[in-house]
Amino acid sequence: MAIISFNQVSKRYPGGFEALKVVTFSVEAGEMLFLTGHSGAGKTTLLKLIAAIERANGGTVLVNGQNVSAMRPAAIPYLRRNLGLVFQGQKLLLDRSVFENVMLPLVVTGQPYREAARRARAALDKVGLLSRERANPVTLSGGEQQRLCVARAVVNRPAILLADEPTGNLDAAYADEIMEMFHAFNQVGVTVLVATHDQQLIGKWRKRVLALYQGKLL
Amino acid sequence: MRGWFQHHGLSLIQTFARLVRSPFATALNVAAIGVALALPLGGYCVLSNLELVARRISMEPQLSVFLAEDAGKAEIAAVETQMKSARGVRSVRFISRDAALAEISRTAGMTEVIASLPRNPLPDAFVVTLSGSDPVLAERLGVEFKALPKVAHVQADSAWVRRLDALLRLGRTAVVLLSAMLGLALVAVTFNTIRLQILTQRDEIELCRLIGATRAYIRRPFFYLGALLGLFGGLAALAMVLSALAFINHDLVKLALLYDSSLRLQFPHLDEMLLVIASAMALGWLGAYLSVSKHLLEIR
Repeated sequence: MAIISFNQVSKRYPGGFEALKVVTFSVEAGEMLFLTGHSGAGKTTLLKLIAAIERANGGTVLVNGQNVSAMRPAAIPYLRRNLGLVFQGQKLLLDRSVFENVMLPLVVTGQPYREAARRARAALDKVGLLSRERANPVTLSGGEQQRLCVARAVVNRPAILLADEPTGNLDAAYADEIMEMFHAFNQVGVTVLVATHDQQLIGKWRKRVLALYQGKLL
Repeated sequence: MRGWFQHHGLSLIQTFARLVRSPFATALNVAAIGVALALPLGGYCVLSNLELVARRISMEPQLSVFLAEDAGKAEIAAVETQMKSARGVRSVRFISRDAALAEISRTAGMTEVIASLPRNPLPDAFVVTLSGSDPVLAERLGVEFKALPKVAHVQADSAWVRRLDALLRLGRTAVVLLSAMLGLALVAVTFNTIRLQILTQRDEIELCRLIGATRAYIRRPFFYLGALLGLFGGLAALAMVLSALAFINHDLVKLALLYDSSLRLQFPHLDEMLLVIASAMALGWLGAYLSVSKHLLEIR
């Protein structure tokens, strides 16, 4: 069953720039795939449409059977709770500890503290940062910060993991580490969609690839 | 559900912690709100004290009719008869000059003064109680009695009470206007404070939206912030007004002792104080609401 499906989706930004032009594809539940293309090809826009951060101008975006393009604003938070997002700009809160950063998605969704803390530590353990839980994110290396973002994205046990250039400025060893983690999540049933322009990475992992070129799917 | 309660508690604690973490800014905000509330509250306290005094003085309309010094017994009796027969007069009480002198010399500090006088300077007088509190009646009778033979002077005792009453009413209007204006100032202060807070927490708000925070979740801490600012401001206002009253009373007691009286300012009642705090919190919340409604829309 398709967990994400785009049907003739177009996105034009105010000012006239057409980021996506009549895009149609679907992703099966439990699949892991890459989204690739040059910068400006529309990768980030596509991910934003899935998470309802942007709204399509035409066509329908279905996520988990829900029509995201026609969703009430009040329903959007509940959609996002099913998604794990690894953002391009990391968006770590630097006034809190590593542990508190991972706690945030659980606090936001109103989990009782004890259970939330247990899950946050489990997520930190999975990405190898449990020993750094009290540290400030600033003191982490680039690779560790990215792993922290992954922990934050998966702590809520989302059905879908969306990652935007997760290996962007990491060297090959760290990039592999991150991809191994995504693969491990995919093995336990999480649908993983990774946007990257890193062709080496794509070549190494041999997954389905959606290639965007100037807003069109090739 | 437990998580929801925990979040309420947590956001209250975090908001409180945020206030404590920037003590200087918080103190200034609280002081601004406190002063804005203390002015109308102080005015209200002064007014209610004056009202208390005004009420203690009899509102019964009376005329004091002072006779000429050379009035004889027969003439006094004639005046009394005439006044008793006038319409609108309930009772007439005669106070002889000796009785008046005796009464005054009982008043503190006056004994020596009276004793030092070569002769009694007071005239004979009547206290005329009227049957209605109609000011026109009092005025008409005043003119009428003034025209009687051997009447030197007529004084309407209720006139100044009425004047005081009118003044108090004016004062009450002024306090209401002042409260409205400074209430607006309180809303403005919280509006701005919350705007700044939203700007400093911009990243966090953006992130929380992306990981599935509801609108209520994001707005809640700011509502708490507004209400907490109102609460502290209200407490500050009470502290200012109560200490001012205590300060004035301290001096007033000394002054009243000199006059052998027990004059002192009443403190506001507990329910009045609670009302002040509740309104301050409500206004703070309102400022937060307006600010959040306007500024959170700007963050996507």
